[in-house]
Amino acid sequence: MTDSMPTIHPAWLRLTHWLNVIAVVILVMSGWRIYNAAPFFDFKFASEITLGGWLGGAIQWHFAAMWLLAANGLIYLLLNAGTGRLWTKFFPLSPRAIVTDLRTALRGRLSHDDPQQYNSVQRLAYLFVMVDSVLLVLSGLVLWKSVQFPLLRELLGDYETARRVHFFAMAALVGFVAVHLAMVALLPRTLLTMIRGR
Amino acid sequence: MIRKSPKLAGVDAAAVIKEALQRIDVPSRRKFLQSSLTLGGLSLLTGCSLVEAGGIEKALMKISRFNDAAQAWLFDPSRLAPTYPESMITRPFPFNAYYGADKIRQVDADSYRLEVTGLVADKHAWTLDELRALPQTDQVTRHICVEGWSAIGKWGGVTFSSFLARIGADTSAKYVGFKCADDYYTSIDMPTALHPQTQLTLSYDGATLPPKYGFPMKLRMPTKLGYKNPKHIQAIFVTNTYPGGFWEDQGYNWFGGI
Ligand code: HEM
Repeated sequence: MTDSMPTIHPAWLRLTHWLNVIAVVILVMSGWRIYNAAPFFDFKFASEITLGGWLGGAIQWHFAAMWLLAANGLIYLLLNAGTGRLWTKFFPLSPRAIVTDLRTALRGRLSHDDPQQYNSVQRLAYLFVMVDSVLLVLSGLVLWKSVQFPLLRELLGDYETARRVHFFAMAALVGFVAVHLAMVALLPRTLLTMIRGR
Repeated sequence: MIRKSPKLAGVDAAAVIKEALQRIDVPSRRKFLQSSLTLGGLSLLTGCSLVEAGGIEKALMKISRFNDAAQAWLFDPSRLAPTYPESMITRPFPFNAYYGADKIRQVDADSYRLEVTGLVADKHAWTLDELRALPQTDQVTRHICVEGWSAIGKWGGVTFSSFLARIGADTSAKYVGFKCADDYYTSIDMPTALHPQTQLTLSYDGATLPPKYGFPMKLRMPTKLGYKNPKHIQAIFVTNTYPGGFWEDQGYNWFGGI
């Protein structure tokens, strides 16, 4: 890790990544409180792990952080696509490579020798969470303004199906984060890179 | 505004809060809210620290005002909320208010008068018979609650824009406010007031609007969340001064559009 090492994560990427972390934490925790107001499954989230204090407070947090998630996410996706980084970092991606990398990973021997490159499992996971986040925003738009976005509403079924879609997309995101954090814990060096860029 | 008997206290969480908020001064209100933390039913309102408005709360309130503007901008005055076949009506349609079902107000039909004030030409108070004599329409639409649940119902009544025209309302004014027999109050933006599906509702599912759904009259807007749809309306006023609302003053978003 000398100064001559090339930048692995450009500044805009690190900035958007950490802003996204803030937005996601606020949205998930306040979202759980909103879910608790009218749960459609047989469980509620413990209020200690929710944000907002009451429904009105949770909604204020949620409808504030949604702007951060959407704007920051859009900037990330546009810069990622615009700089061509999206194609070089996350593709090619073949099912075979995913299976091979997954096998190696499960044997605890996934090589991370080239920090410039994501392995296939990472590529898949990151692409997945990008798509999942887009789905969260779109289903969230239907929940927020189901009358004003008729096309989106019809695509997702109706208001009630959009609620389920939003919930499961949240669950998938939380699942991603759990695995993501486990991987970072196993390879703390990547955390340094995500902070310093090198 | 308080017309509830003292014996309500300790029975109905929301009613207690409402009385408390109106009666006691701010420092003791804070104490009241802190002590209410322990009572399960009241924990709903612990976020009333919004009333005290620290830095974060203030910022969140500002963003909520920004969200009002965003929604006003998104609102398409001619876009209709979806309508449904009667077979899809949710039965039983849920009752919901800031108080429990045992506190539903009984409004006397004969002595009822709808007051109309503010920026309107004709300020005469309306009897129920006069309101019922106006042209009526039905709608089967989805009611969406701020809590997240939704239910489909059938409401009948007078298209609100035609009522506003009848009373000579200044439709260039910003707000229409409502005061209700259950001490509820709220207000809406003029574009939503003029939306074709905004209705002064006198009937539910083909029968006289029952007390639990707001007898004798409510405002039905399939383009707004449930708390924006006041029940037991006693007074309607047109104004340019922001009137707020029962929940809105505690932190629910004012526009409340869907
Ligand atoms: C405290 C929580 C988090 C930490 C510590 C963290 C850490 C990291 C680290 C260290 C990397 C770089 C991995 C590598 O170089 O191999 C990374 C990348 C990434 N993280 Fe996170 N992350 C967190 C939360 C999240 C959340 C909530 C999301 C999305 C919902 C997310 C999405 C991503 C994505 C998409 C990438 C790849 C970015 C790119 O290269 O374009 N992370 N994260």
